[in-house]
Amino acid sequence: MKLFGLPDNSDNQGDQDPRWTSDQPVLSLRGVTREFPGTPPVHALGATNLDVRAGEYLAVAGPSGSGKSTLLNQLGLLDRPTAGEYWLRGVPTATAPEQVRTTLRAQRIGFVFQAFHLMPHRSVLDNVLLATLYSGTPRGERRDRALRALDRVGLSHRVEFMPPNLSGGERQRVAIARAVVTIPDVLLADEPTGNLDSTSSSGVMDLFDELHHDGLTLVVITHDPTVAARAGRRVHITDGYLREVA
Amino acid sequence: MRLQRRLHPDRSRRADHFRLRDAFAEATAGVGARTGRLLLTVLGTVLGIAAVVVTVGLAQTGANRINERFDAVAARHASAEPATREDAWGQSRALAELPRDAPERALRIAGVRAAATVSKVDIGDATITAVSVHDPSAPTRAVPTVMATSADLLEAVGGHLAQGRYFDCGHDGRGDRVAVLGVDAAERLGIGGVATLPSVFIDDHPYQVIGILDATDRRTALLSSVIIPQGTAEADFGLVAPQAMEMLIEVGSGPVVNDQLATSLAPTNPQTIKVATPGRPSAVQQAIQSELVVVFLALGGVALLIGGVGIANVTLLSVMERSGEIGLRRALGARRRDVAVQFVIESVIVGTLGGLIGAALGVAVVAAVSFVRQWTPILDLRMVIGAAAAGALVGLLAGLYPATRAARMEPVAALRAGL
Ligand SMILES: Nc1ncnc2c1ncn2[C@@H]1O[C@H](COP(=O)(O)OP(=O)(O)OP(=O)(O)O)[C@@H](O)[C@H]1O
Ligand SMILES: [Mg+2]
Repeated sequence: MKLFGLPDNSDNQGDQDPRWTSDQPVLSLRGVTREFPGTPPVHALGATNLDVRAGEYLAVAGPSGSGKSTLLNQLGLLDRPTAGEYWLRGVPTATAPEQVRTTLRAQRIGFVFQAFHLMPHRSVLDNVLLATLYSGTPRGERRDRALRALDRVGLSHRVEFMPPNLSGGERQRVAIARAVVTIPDVLLADEPTGNLDSTSSSGVMDLFDELHHDGLTLVVITHDPTVAARAGRRVHITDGYLREVA
Repeated sequence: MRLQRRLHPDRSRRADHFRLRDAFAEATAGVGARTGRLLLTVLGTVLGIAAVVVTVGLAQTGANRINERFDAVAARHASAEPATREDAWGQSRALAELPRDAPERALRIAGVRAAATVSKVDIGDATITAVSVHDPSAPTRAVPTVMATSADLLEAVGGHLAQGRYFDCGHDGRGDRVAVLGVDAAERLGIGGVATLPSVFIDDHPYQVIGILDATDRRTALLSSVIIPQGTAEADFGLVAPQAMEMLIEVGSGPVVNDQLATSLAPTNPQTIKVATPGRPSAVQQAIQSELVVVFLALGGVALLIGGVGIANVTLLSVMERSGEIGLRRALGARRRDVAVQFVIESVIVGTLGGLIGAALGVAVVAAVSFVRQWTPILDLRMVIGAAAAGALVGLLAGLYPATRAARMEPVAALRAGL
């Protein structure tokens, strides 16, 4: 995989199972369950099996409260499952030490959120650089990579801007640049177009198409059918249960 | 845990992962983004540090003023001599000798401005006269004592010459036969001045008189003595070692001199040297211990405490407000530790700023009060630096709890907050 002309970081990192090969699923869930304790407990995610192969573009749709974000938090290692196992590039993560999960998150996963999550007081460039602080990107390469990522999303002319001065579409593109600057294996997006008008939306979706074309694996949560239609594979989730859509 | 490390050797070794430098940059940006709030945050620390600096500064200044007025001499004088012990015959014996270079050693100690050795010279049965020919019919007069000193005596004892000059290192080093006469000794010997290039004769050896000492703050016995260079006394009278050393020191440096001088003079056996410095229960200490000062220091301490609580509060508030940012950093791969370090550093930066501003404010107040009262302001630089450091410490302590709260946040919950 080559994102904006940069090789991915799979070769120089020691965080993958040596038995894993790129024809196996990048993400693999077996019986992954998430319950929230309480009275009564909430079964947000029922025992879920899911394999996502390298280079796949998966859309996850479903009604509000069906467990989409819960699933994404599992995929992104932001939350641990109540039961089941989740392999990321062959590394079992469900009960792995926090340190291992954090490193995987920093290097293997990029997030795009509905509300952009940009730091308002920091420049566009600083926002993108933020991801490189934690991913182990060599200090000398950080700036160059961030500039390339911003160029890739068409924002070279906004590098020194502050996020509040950008349009919604531009902000989301900054967020995408931040998500891919570390050359992750998987980009996870939770309602990336939820706060955007249709023009900005299609700009973001075009960008996703291009990244997909570059070989990036994408998992995008959306209720928007036109967004879901862009993905090569669609799953539907209801009451915490996943179903493939033909 | 051990096992995990071994199974995943590279996990903990992440090249260029969020180094201290990055943490500093992020913390500085975090503080800089909220300058309006910053002023309020540091206020308590500023007031606390300023109060302490003003209190200690005015106490020192005031103490100095007392010294200046009532005891200018005592406050600046120190001396050293070998300790003595009574031997079996009831004779007191020196336990050590002062080294020949005692003055040079003393001058290396901060606060010592001048130092000179002083010894009484044993001339045996020798006579002292102003003429070379011994005249048995002349009336016998009380023989003046002979003292030997090193070159910088005048400054060290606050002496003043009526005429001529004092001998210098050259005279001392060469053992020249020169002498300075105490004013009483000069009168007894019938020497009125140095213009005629008179000499005194000690056992028929001529010593050219080069100066007349007419006043001294210390060692008034010098006024009735014939004073010759230390080196000359060694050569002519077999003086073995200096018997005592007199020093002029800066006000307030007594404790330092007291601490260091004996070790400097007798590194292996400092207890064999007796050092006398301006008594430590001096005006300085009394002033610091006076009730008013204690009250002010206590107020300063309370202000500092409030300042610390203020920083802790605002940092905690900012942790809560910035949970979205914390969630984002965690999602981007920040470890709990990285988040904690960043917030602690932010808090230390705020505390240090408070300490610096407070110290500056305190110095300004001390200077202003001194100016109005026409005092000489005395401010120990170490105290000012210490005050700024105290601000940093307050920041550090205040930041610990909020930082652990930040580190404990669960990424999912934190992200939901938005930023
Ligand atoms: N921390 C939590 N504690 C208790 N219940 C939770 C928690 N997080 C989510 N839930 C519940 O889990 C279920 C799934 O939530 P989730 O956020 O995954 O839904 P979603 O599909 O993303 O919905 P939306 O489209 O509105 O974002 C919901 O019923 C929600 O109330
Ligand atoms: Mg959701």
